[in-house]
Amino acid sequence: MKRRLPYKMALRRAITDEMERNSSVFIMGEDIGKYGGCFGVTNGLLKQFGEDRVRDTPISENTIVGIAVGSAILGMRPIVEIMFMDFITLAMDQIVNHAAKFHYMFGGQVNVPMVIRTAFGAGRGYGATHSQSLESMLLGIPGIKVIAPAFPQDAYDMLKWAINDDNPVVFLEHKLLYGYLDYWDSEQKNIDQPKANVIRQGNDITVIAYSRMVHEAIEASNILSNSGVSLEVIDLRSLCPLDINTIVDSVCKTGHVIIAEEGVSQWGVNGEITFQIMENCLSKLQAPVKRIGLPAVPIPCSYKLERMVLPGAHNIVELSLKLLKSTTTN
Amino acid sequence: MKTNNNHNERLLLLFKIMLRIRLFEEEVCRQAKKGNIIGTLHLCIGQEAVAAGCCENLKKGDFVTSTHRGHGHFIAAGASLKRIMAELFGRRDGYCFGKGGTQHMASYKDGFLASNGITGGGIAYAAGIALTLKMQGYSNLAVCFFGDGASNQGTFHESLNIASIWKLPIIYVCENNMYAMSTHIKNMISVQDIAQRGQAYNIVSKVVDGNDVIALSETMAEAMDFVRHSKGPVLIEAKTYRQTGHSINDKCNYVSPEENLLWKDKCPILRLKKYITDNNEVDVKTLELIEDEVNAEIKDAVDYAFSSSYLTRKEVLEGVFADEKTAAI
Repeated sequence: MKRRLPYKMALRRAITDEMERNSSVFIMGEDIGKYGGCFGVTNGLLKQFGEDRVRDTPISENTIVGIAVGSAILGMRPIVEIMFMDFITLAMDQIVNHAAKFHYMFGGQVNVPMVIRTAFGAGRGYGATHSQSLESMLLGIPGIKVIAPAFPQDAYDMLKWAINDDNPVVFLEHKLLYGYLDYWDSEQKNIDQPKANVIRQGNDITVIAYSRMVHEAIEASNILSNSGVSLEVIDLRSLCPLDINTIVDSVCKTGHVIIAEEGVSQWGVNGEITFQIMENCLSKLQAPVKRIGLPAVPIPCSYKLERMVLPGAHNIVELSLKLLKSTTTN
Repeated sequence: MKTNNNHNERLLLLFKIMLRIRLFEEEVCRQAKKGNIIGTLHLCIGQEAVAAGCCENLKKGDFVTSTHRGHGHFIAAGASLKRIMAELFGRRDGYCFGKGGTQHMASYKDGFLASNGITGGGIAYAAGIALTLKMQGYSNLAVCFFGDGASNQGTFHESLNIASIWKLPIIYVCENNMYAMSTHIKNMISVQDIAQRGQAYNIVSKVVDGNDVIALSETMAEAMDFVRHSKGPVLIEAKTYRQTGHSINDKCNYVSPEENLLWKDKCPILRLKKYITDNNEVDVKTLELIEDEVNAEIKDAVDYAFSSSYLTRKEVLEGVFADEKTAAI
């Protein structure tokens, strides 16, 4: 049945469904019980499932993630909520040296089926330590999957998929999306590893984005359609593994690429994607790949100042026009 | 009389396990010098009683987590010397096909999960193992080994606090060998006994002579009984001494010859040997036979390691994710 539901509720439904279905699924995190989670995702779960399976934890991120690793290798399917992605830095040892490596390093004797859900991104005036997009820190580590849904349906499908995947998955939820309303169907549509999705067909420029930037790209495409420019918007959904085939097909069609992420541009996600484009279809590019992201500054707290650095639809519009102009002039 | 026989058998088995660890470590050191084992090694010579005493009363379904200095724990938990040696040689028949090595060995079947290259890393996930045993309703427990140095890591404090509030079935065994690599604990630890830190988290905490295998075994049996009856975690601080350097490359320029000699006299194996021959009707000949058996096991282990091949490059690239095919399983 199709209903309009916010992103946050889609997440809650995915967790509820899997906890009802499978007794080895449980959830841990700071203030996720009675309080319902900092962003309200886990509201009501304590009442339904009890303290054993909905565990409020002390403020000890590294050990919370460690406990997830220890329970996952014994066959549980823990979900950890890290309140703000900025705090994932405190758990990097257990993620990088333990969760990511145990399956390989112990010759396949154990799997590490765990999900780390975390709220990332800026736009709410939270300042430098509560607004970051740190996904590029995780993407160079073999053994971790990183996914970032942009819509309620994907949030539901992908969280269910992540809980059932036998690997550590970092699940990124943009803070500005929690309230995003969209039609949503409780029948899970995609049960396989999430792939990139061409969310808007177009001919002139391929815009590659994920999470909140997908919505910015769609807005840019609406604005530009009035000027006769057609953007093809790709929602990556999964950053690792990266679905390069969908990207290559699109680049072959448009010959122009903009990569839009909210994290800091330099050393960002855009670097690897650009490299893979060069490896796969350099000759199809009609202009160098362009990128949009944060300038290399800590995110300022003042709402007005934050707006000055936060990438959005207007950046994609400007860059698109410039990119097409430069190609035409050439 | 029967009880006496059982007592003797138990002591002889502890003696055999400790000797197995000692002679294995000495052989490993020789093989490294010959170039057959490449990379670092952290030997536990002098600390054999902790491994043997603490693992004596493990039950099926219990789990052990270990450290970078983990060969002894693994042997005491019941692992095969052949497969450990093959792992150290980096070969296919090692427990982890050579992918893990000295600091990352595991055997799920033996309840050994696992040695750990990050000081204090195991203390975090060991609590997850204990939580699972509790949630699944088993009376099993986790034994979490770590060193004095690791008690300065955040994971130690976080894990003890959580285990205490959640009453987890876990025994923290702090193997205090007095040195964090080259640094003496007196310069690095704010308390006299690391056990005091357990008390700060409302955890039953005990100090025990880490070179007295009988005392360790008895303390551990009591702790296990407490933990198995869901009374929450226990911290045991075993005070011992590392008779070799931190790693095989350590020149030990920070240790005085007097200190070394003093602790050589306190060797846990000599101590047990003396106890057995002084107090029981066991002659030296019986102990020598045990030594011969262990030497033969170690020779077999080396032969086994030499006869094993290496993974192919294709196999090395496999098994990063669980859904991929994994080599040799």
